[in-house]
Amino acid sequence: MITKEEVEHVGWLARIRIDETKSDAYAGKLNSVLDYFGQLDKVDTEDVPPTYHVMDIVNVFRKDEVTESMPQDAVLSNTEYRKEGNFKTPKII
Amino acid sequence: MVTWTDISGIKQKIAESSAEEVTASYLEKIGKSCINGFVRTWDRALEVAKAIDAGDQEGPLAGVPIAIKDNISTTGLSTTCSSKILQGYVPPYDAHVIGKLRDAGAVILGKTNMDEFAMGTSTESSYYGATLNPWDTDRVPGGSSGGSAAVVAAGEAPVSLGSDTGGSVRCPAAFCGVVGLKPTYGCISRYGLISYANSLEQIGPLATCVADIAALMDVIAGHDHRDSTSINRENNYSEALKDDVNGLKIGVPEEYFGEGIDEGVEKAVWDAIGKYEDMGASWKKISMPHTKYALASYYIIAMSEASSNLARFDGTRYGFRADGDNWHVMASNTRAEGFGDEVKRRILLGTYALSAGYHDRYYLKALKVRTLVKQDFDRALSEVDVLMGPTMPTPAFKIGEKIDDPLSLYLADVNTVPVNLAGVPSISVPCGFSEGMPVGLQIIGKHFDENTIIRAAYSFEQNTAHHTRRPREVV
Repeated sequence: MITKEEVEHVGWLARIRIDETKSDAYAGKLNSVLDYFGQLDKVDTEDVPPTYHVMDIVNVFRKDEVTESMPQDAVLSNTEYRKEGNFKTPKII
Repeated sequence: MVTWTDISGIKQKIAESSAEEVTASYLEKIGKSCINGFVRTWDRALEVAKAIDAGDQEGPLAGVPIAIKDNISTTGLSTTCSSKILQGYVPPYDAHVIGKLRDAGAVILGKTNMDEFAMGTSTESSYYGATLNPWDTDRVPGGSSGGSAAVVAAGEAPVSLGSDTGGSVRCPAAFCGVVGLKPTYGCISRYGLISYANSLEQIGPLATCVADIAALMDVIAGHDHRDSTSINRENNYSEALKDDVNGLKIGVPEEYFGEGIDEGVEKAVWDAIGKYEDMGASWKKISMPHTKYALASYYIIAMSEASSNLARFDGTRYGFRADGDNWHVMASNTRAEGFGDEVKRRILLGTYALSAGYHDRYYLKALKVRTLVKQDFDRALSEVDVLMGPTMPTPAFKIGEKIDDPLSLYLADVNTVPVNLAGVPSISVPCGFSEGMPVGLQIIGKHFDENTIIRAAYSFEQNTAHHTRRPREVV
């Protein structure tokens, strides 16, 4: 069971503001899904390795060569919040 | 009746008139449509078509109009995942598949509606409102690539691209009576596809016939160094267009006909399997015992990956930004106001499943169950050439019927998500009707054996008439 307080905590971890008036409703819907997830407890997975990825590929490297980058103007083109070639945000700390 | 024109028909029309006229006729039709399949058209489409007419560019798809799902990046054409949080975002680069399409001479008509961030089975969670199913406008087109399927079914584009994380190409293909392919994981570069669940999703084509699916695959598939999961493997998909299933061994997983399956769907699919037998194939029932756990495994993995992938939408670099005294408050407000309810629920559940104390119980457990689901496929596909069953357990449901109960919507994906967990290819082809709505037959193959499922789908199409029925005009 996920509680109202846990919903608010997870909301903070995920940087999604949860209005206090809505955290009960969220908890209800999340709990019905978590109940459903609980059925996996019945599956015996002793000695079963996890599958993170279906293809048998590891360590995909490329040559360590400098290639052309996207122009700074293009990178900054999608926000009005910019200053001297940087993204501008409210203070972080 | 809607007119469906396939790629060869488009080429003939271009030869008789011009690429510009063909594109203009599609744009005119889109302008009159009531199904809300497109979220925006491209204001340069006619210019591109004119350049084709001027002989500036050739290619296998020269002048062929195409619709693109709103989560595939297109330079100069806004791409929003049908979300408020990406309002106004114009990608400064093309997805790999878009570059390939442009090189092949395709004309991008515009972007199609989808469940917000591809999280859904009905295209009702879009910021732009629901897309309507052209066969019955009270019903959903399926999802999440509902716009891409509906516009092809409504004759507003001959072909389109969608993306399939847990059935998002095959489900709407089935609900809208068109063909849709989910390729093997790694077959098509995901570069420029805005990520939802990166270990599961693939871009896939939708069309009115199997030949067009192969033609699109010949253009968009192939290796790309910008996607580290892209596999270097050459293939010619159109070579698989042969009317021959003699000796084909079909496995029918009994778990795909589980509780809640619609009678009309069941009948249409068994009739299709009987047809294959008449055509020289053989079939047997098989069991894939972990199928019933695939949904829970899939949703835990997808939500966990989503909670990480969608962290980038914080109001800092693009899209919508809300107010806030410091960055954390600004980001929390931006995400609270910019994401819709279902997206927020999935991010919260994914964050919870990955958080300290719950990681092993949910995320790690889901990855282990994924192994068992994949082993079911390995075993089954070592005995038979392909697996067949219903793409969706029911025909398209009514708009509003399930949207308030997330779990009931998730359950609709029961036959499609196992395929993504295993990474195998799967195609949905029209195989009949139930309640007057189209039914899709799902044909699943071995890793990188797209050609066998394309051949099976093509042969079925050549020997049946289901794909010749059309919805009425929706204007």
